[in-house]
Amino acid sequence: MATDRTYEFGERRAHARGRGERLARGLAWFSVGLGLAELTAPGGVARTIGVSRDRRVLGAMRVLGARELAAGIGLFARPRSAAFAWMRLTGDLIDLALLGTAFGLRRRGRERVLGAIGAVAGVSVLDLLAGKRLSGARGGALEAGRAQHFRESITIGRPVEEVYRFWRDFQNLPRFMAHLDTVEILDERRSHWVARGPADRSIEWQAELVEDVPNERIAWRSIAGAGTELEHAGSVRFVAAPGGRGTEVHVEMRYDAPFGRVGVALAKLFGRAPAQEVKGDLKRLKQVLETGEVIRSDASIHSGMHPARPPEQAPAPSDRVRPNGHEGSTTREENR
Amino acid sequence: MRATCWLGKREVRVETVPDPKILNARDAIVRVTSTAICGSDLHLYDGIIPTMESGDILGHEFMGEVVEVGPEVKNLAVGDRVVVPFPIACGNCASCHKGLFSLCENSNPNAWMAEKLLGHSPAGLFGYSHMLGGFAGGQAEYVRVPFADVGPIKVPNTLTDDQVLLLSDIFPTGYMGAEMCGIEPGDVIAVFGAGPVGQLAIASARLLGAERVIAIDRFDYRLRSARERAGASETINYEEEDVQEALLELTGGRGPDACIDAVGGESHGHFPIYAYDRVKQALMLETDRPIALRQAIRACGNGGTVSVIGVYGGFIDKFPMGAVMNRGLTIRSGQCNVQRYLKPLLERIERGEIDPSFVISHHMPLESAPRGYEMFLHKEDDCLKVVLQTGGVPSSLAS
Repeated sequence: MATDRTYEFGERRAHARGRGERLARGLAWFSVGLGLAELTAPGGVARTIGVSRDRRVLGAMRVLGARELAAGIGLFARPRSAAFAWMRLTGDLIDLALLGTAFGLRRRGRERVLGAIGAVAGVSVLDLLAGKRLSGARGGALEAGRAQHFRESITIGRPVEEVYRFWRDFQNLPRFMAHLDTVEILDERRSHWVARGPADRSIEWQAELVEDVPNERIAWRSIAGAGTELEHAGSVRFVAAPGGRGTEVHVEMRYDAPFGRVGVALAKLFGRAPAQEVKGDLKRLKQVLETGEVIRSDASIHSGMHPARPPEQAPAPSDRVRPNGHEGSTTREENR
Repeated sequence: MRATCWLGKREVRVETVPDPKILNARDAIVRVTSTAICGSDLHLYDGIIPTMESGDILGHEFMGEVVEVGPEVKNLAVGDRVVVPFPIACGNCASCHKGLFSLCENSNPNAWMAEKLLGHSPAGLFGYSHMLGGFAGGQAEYVRVPFADVGPIKVPNTLTDDQVLLLSDIFPTGYMGAEMCGIEPGDVIAVFGAGPVGQLAIASARLLGAERVIAIDRFDYRLRSARERAGASETINYEEEDVQEALLELTGGRGPDACIDAVGGESHGHFPIYAYDRVKQALMLETDRPIALRQAIRACGNGGTVSVIGVYGGFIDKFPMGAVMNRGLTIRSGQCNVQRYLKPLLERIERGEIDPSFVISHHMPLESAPRGYEMFLHKEDDCLKVVLQTGGVPSSLAS
């Protein structure tokens, strides 16, 4: 099993980023070295790459040196940001253009300019590689850069077996997941989910159980097609909390936010911060398992802000679940 | 029913609102007989506590008679006379199991708001902002009490409302403030702020064996009460003398063994420090004015404890961390875990060891709540503590 800090979804990208960072550090040293040389000894650099040493060229050389130095310092300061790798690449293209002009103007010593062009082109390839790695690896639908990724966790004072069992019965999920209306079990692996989007519009998807390790881990993902309007994948890990404090529940989710009708609805369904919604769901799960039901206040039974004073009419009773058993209706939790 | 509603800064009105309803199976509905205005209600009144909504019902110190119970409440029956603790606590979570009821992990349905400001969420409270739950408060004729199987304590009819009402908040709060000082025989305790909580902290410090208790305030009537009723051995009026010098003089240069901040984030002080904090507060550069807290830290003797029970809402400025670190001070704080103190303190009242009702200066009908807030804020008529009563109360203002 992966260590606590590495997770299946992020692993591949994290690995690519790690290699990108090492490359970026090498390029940073190169940038600083070249930049200092161009700034302090522009004549020497000009001689090495075979360009003329008149005043304007030496001035331009110092400007290029300052740019190199800035990119180098940037790479050192923000080793995880692709921005400075892209800055270096842009610089490479400028250098290539300048060297190309020099090549066209020179009659003698062209081989030195050609050598410089080759060197810059080589470095450009490395810059491109670093930029791409730092920007994150690209791949299929959910692995694409547009997929959103988040993790949330909570500690629940109940045994791992009980928390796992409660979650594994997917029909329990609407009891604490505020946006979820129903979960219909289709067969051993597949289930049909209906959630409420903005303006009470319902959003549906079919999910497939990808992994089910009792008392350890449940993972699922949406099935493309099959009426799926929400492409996502998720996993939940159950870990015994230290000191007999019950169970740590770690949820990890990725969801795709494509353009168009569904994308917009989805963004609203999850609100501006989907991680926040899941965090709220986990708190409600804790309430249900520890106290027997979702706690309500005079304000919290309303969607949106409402003064803390009793409602005109009593809302439907809160869905009750006993801490040690799971009897009770599976109607959705009205409480928001 | 009639209820005291917060409408905005310094605007409170008694309005007719719907009666409370059972929303959770462990709820009870209590018909309020007595309810008090707390010093911390003045922070709401002054608008320094964020996430209030116009129309919120105020009040977290109340008692009364159970009139309805949810299906899961087995320990209370209709007709029981109860005092209700101000923190709402489930009794099932790890914090409740440790007795840290004011840090209940399940009672704040708006925990996310508190997390934004505070990092983690404490328990939900009655009538104390949406970030602390959005629960309707008890300055009303009726109130819904969640987790009624955990919080409320039944009180005998031999004791008056006044004698037990303050168990809902300020007596346990003052007591916990003194308890956090870890008082040992011979200890000298300084209590900053001689308001109702300060008075009960002084009395509690005495109950816990403090040799001397020094009270600090700027109102002579409060300092007089501290000396004559609460049991303070000496008092300092900070408008007349320098607190630091006076405390050093009174303790032979050692400084108090522990200091209790019973003031909180709306502290007063001398120009220019007071002006400095007032301006920063007005410009939203800090939410609280920690003048008393700074003094308490500065005055506290080496290796001593600063116990903070005054309410702070957010951020303070110029915190003397150097004094805390280099002089080995301990800072202890927290909203009171009232549930844990109800039984032992009720027993102390029954045994006649203390009668906390000495802090109550005014009784009024619920309808006069706006006037009560005004009087308490401006310290009119030597106001120390206002109790609002429902039904059959003489409408005269002062008792």
